[in-house]
Amino acid sequence: MDAGASDVRLLTESFDPAAALGAFTDAHRAAGGVVGFIGQVRAGDGVEALELRHYDPITLPAMCDLAGRVRARWALDGLLIVHRTGVMHPGDPIVLVAAAARHRRDAFAAADFAMDHLKSESWFWKREKAHGAWRWIEPRAEDFEDIRRWG
Amino acid sequence: MPLKLVFLGRLEDVAGAPDREVAGADSIEGVLAALEPELAAALREPRIRLAVNGVLLAGGDAPALSHGDEIAFLPPVSGG
Repeated sequence: MDAGASDVRLLTESFDPAAALGAFTDAHRAAGGVVGFIGQVRAGDGVEALELRHYDPITLPAMCDLAGRVRARWALDGLLIVHRTGVMHPGDPIVLVAAAARHRRDAFAAADFAMDHLKSESWFWKREKAHGAWRWIEPRAEDFEDIRRWG
Repeated sequence: MPLKLVFLGRLEDVAGAPDREVAGADSIEGVLAALEPELAAALREPRIRLAVNGVLLAGGDAPALSHGDEIAFLPPVSGG
């Protein structure tokens, strides 16, 4: 892979975010800073499992499109987006976003923008299992407020 | 001329399965008219987006359907 290209992955199996972040950092030694964000299934709240469903023809293409928008907006050396789909349990990683840049502010902003847009716009449908019963989760108003601040 | 319907999110529960093959129809409206009224009503909700063969429709699009098309019904996304 071209070190300057974006690496966007949709995974059906669990992954090791620390190893992925380490490999990404190794691949971008010219970058002065790497910002990584890991989202994981929250423990507590009585949630036993979380399932993300996706739709093959549009989910990954839209994630790649988002990566392109991030790259057009900030000067990055590299961008990594890894997202799970399928059934997960408390503590399992859901998402890893990492941005490598010459200057840290670009890396922070790019990772923040990518996460806000993944949360509110990406093509995933979520359901939670609590007390043995599955329930579909509706969109949250906060996610739309998060995205509005980017204009 | 069978068509494949794909139901995402909570629409799967309404349809009773994640996807279904139906007899051919010339239009989306023709497909909906042949479904159970409860399911058709859920699929007609204004917040449901449609994709035909992986291409999202814009509001008001009424594409002509052909053999083997896959029509996906996409409720509002709930975040990763």
